[in-house]
Amino acid sequence: MLPTRGFLGRRVSAEDAARLPPGQYKETGFPVLSAGPTPRIDLAEWTFTLKIGPRPVKSWTWDQFNALPQTKMHRDIHCVTKWSKFDTNWAGVTVDAILADAGVGEPPTPFVLAHSFDGYSTNVPLKDLTGEQAMVATNYEDHPITGDHGGPARLFVPHLYFWKSAKWLNGLQFTERDEPGFWELRGYHIYGDPWKEQRFTGD
Amino acid sequence: MSDSAQAPARLVWKQTAVERVVSATPTVKSFFLRVPDWHGFRAGQHVDVRLTAPDGYQAERSYSIGSAPEDELAELVIERLEDGEVSGYFHEVVQPGDSIELRGPIGGHFIWEPGEGGPILLVGGGSGVVPLMSILRHRMNVAPQVPAALIYSVRRFDEIIFRDEVFQRVTTDPNFRLWLTITREMTNHPLVRSGRVDAQLVSEALAGFGGVMPGHTYVCGSNAFVDTASRLLLDMGVPFASIRTERYGGDPARGAAAPMPVAES
Repeated sequence: MLPTRGFLGRRVSAEDAARLPPGQYKETGFPVLSAGPTPRIDLAEWTFTLKIGPRPVKSWTWDQFNALPQTKMHRDIHCVTKWSKFDTNWAGVTVDAILADAGVGEPPTPFVLAHSFDGYSTNVPLKDLTGEQAMVATNYEDHPITGDHGGPARLFVPHLYFWKSAKWLNGLQFTERDEPGFWELRGYHIYGDPWKEQRFTGD
Repeated sequence: MSDSAQAPARLVWKQTAVERVVSATPTVKSFFLRVPDWHGFRAGQHVDVRLTAPDGYQAERSYSIGSAPEDELAELVIERLEDGEVSGYFHEVVQPGDSIELRGPIGGHFIWEPGEGGPILLVGGGSGVVPLMSILRHRMNVAPQVPAALIYSVRRFDEIIFRDEVFQRVTTDPNFRLWLTITREMTNHPLVRSGRVDAQLVSEALAGFGGVMPGHTYVCGSNAFVDTASRLLLDMGVPFASIRTERYGGDPARGAAAPMPVAES
């Protein structure tokens, strides 16, 4: 690769560099990015539904959902728009706990589509959601997640680019095939591994 | 969401030639790039640029395209951020004749195509006006009959990006209306008002469409700006699904608006 004339760039510490996936930089704030306005979601009307194909398996109200076993995660997050944020703290319910509460033993399919109140969707393989790797988060840094960051509840899959961590989540759906979601249909990568820099279709 | 999907080919990095650099405001410059095989794009999209240091270190950022798909050169409009690694390089170092690595166009949501029709309401804060200008220019080239309005908020008069152009459009484009406001200064300019984007301004802009709700609304700017503007629009009955947003990230504590478009974070 030819150097860009006159560009020296900044260097981060070796420690930070090891935590930054290719093409990412360290951000100290928490930028907010979304495709549309922040939806207004009333907790009294909030429901979360697990589906197998078109069939609802179980729904939870806000109180029922918060009665499920709680888990905390401390992770770095990586946005496809290049920023990474280190040491973020989240709490919520693991996907394992949701499946257990719904009585889903043997997974019906290996693919899941996450759905949101605003019509957003994103696909994540089941193997990336289970094994305590992912949760439906309701708290960020010990406070309820604010609306602009995806509250009341958002998916949290920190080992993939953060668009996979769908905001304003209202359901998970097992699908027969790996069905591309909102951004995956609009030029973004079907899987989104930051360490392989899978930003766009075909990366 | 009404926009349609496309199946893009793999995006490859290309060397592009900087042909012109133009200062737009004290902190914003336009960089006109000749991109190989620049077969147009969809108005509202962005590109990624990549800079490489002699030791192989690389920095990547995303920037909105301000030019229209019909234009020969791609215009990247870059605001200089305090302490910006990449924006600082563009502002201090880049000159005509330089070569910059780029890939794109990127983004399949914050876009407008003539088939979508109108009316179009564009709402921009600061450098958030850049992708809106691409939409406005494209509309002027291919569908000038589609009614369009631009609500544009900046801090000061000398920070108005594309100032001459938007003033000129007001007089030459009968289907275009401008609501331009500055938030940190008073003004006597006939086309500029003072104050923030508020309910009064939004209702005047909507009334300008003669009782028809905009078919497509695009809001771009800092998170705070986009939040406020989209709340006002929803309060006035603009349908949720017709509003597309692009929030420029960056550290809210620093007040910076880093050009980092579309994603879900």
